[in-house]
Amino acid sequence: MNMCVLLSGDNVDFMIKGLFSYQIFGQTVWITTSHVCILIVMLMLITFCIAANRVIKRANVEDTPSTFQNVVELIVEMLDKMVTGVMGKNAPKFVNYISTIFLFILISNISGIFGLRPPTADYGVTFPLGLITFALIFFNKIKYQKVSGFIKGLCKPWPIWLPINIIGDIAVPISLSLRLFANVLSGVVMLALVYGLLPIFVKIGFPAALHVYFDLFSGGIQTYVFCMLTMTYVTDAIEG
Amino acid sequence: MQISGEDFILGCSAIGAGLAVIAGIGPGVGQGIAAGHAASAVGRNPGAKSDITSTMLLGQAVAETTGLYGLLIAMLLLFVKPLV
Repeated sequence: MNMCVLLSGDNVDFMIKGLFSYQIFGQTVWITTSHVCILIVMLMLITFCIAANRVIKRANVEDTPSTFQNVVELIVEMLDKMVTGVMGKNAPKFVNYISTIFLFILISNISGIFGLRPPTADYGVTFPLGLITFALIFFNKIKYQKVSGFIKGLCKPWPIWLPINIIGDIAVPISLSLRLFANVLSGVVMLALVYGLLPIFVKIGFPAALHVYFDLFSGGIQTYVFCMLTMTYVTDAIEG
Repeated sequence: MQISGEDFILGCSAIGAGLAVIAGIGPGVGQGIAAGHAASAVGRNPGAKSDITSTMLLGQAVAETTGLYGLLIAMLLLFVKPLV
């Protein structure tokens, strides 16, 4: 076993690789595999959206809906129900954003099945998602509770708690993004170890079960959790 | 046998990574408690099964975070090698 690990240690590879670099403002910037994978994910989503748009535009009330139209309606209804269940009367304003981010993270997480390195296993992808959530929370707090309510919320039990409340607010995007990143990364690392270290006859078939767990199950759960927490935080910010 | 400083730091990093993933104990216990209570809740009220399951999964995923921080520290120690 030791020999096996030593021999195939070079095969273990789950790092992000730079494809080519260019200079901008004196800085070297790399185009990495994450960019390419994000591009593929976005192309898939855009193709799906264009096809869905055409189908829905042509849809007729009297006709029997086609299979594809049924799938589109199923997805939209499911997302609608999820957002309405958490946000209540604020749902119509946020359902578009939440649905977009849900589909993007879901496709990103399960893209490991298609042989891509999931883009969400790059902290540079998940941190902006967390920052968007942070901006949404901040904006809605200022908008609905005004500046006075915002400051009052920061000094909640007593004014002594101000620094702790500020740290708690700043920790929200960090913990959100780290949760998603670390979950997907753990799946990527585990599968890279299985593919790199196990002998060839174990590699056939066995990783499929791991793919189902790490990509489909874990990825789906983390997508749900990210959207759920975003919605909870924003609803909290609106209702105070 | 001569051990260079860099090798010594790498070995200590490996030990540190092993210690860091002990953080996985906490989320394991926490998730188990959440799942156990969810199971008893379903037993008491089978009609609310879908609500209970989604609440349980959400709570478990949040409880998992601390374990993942330990995993991240282990990853950083092993692959980014900040101390060398």
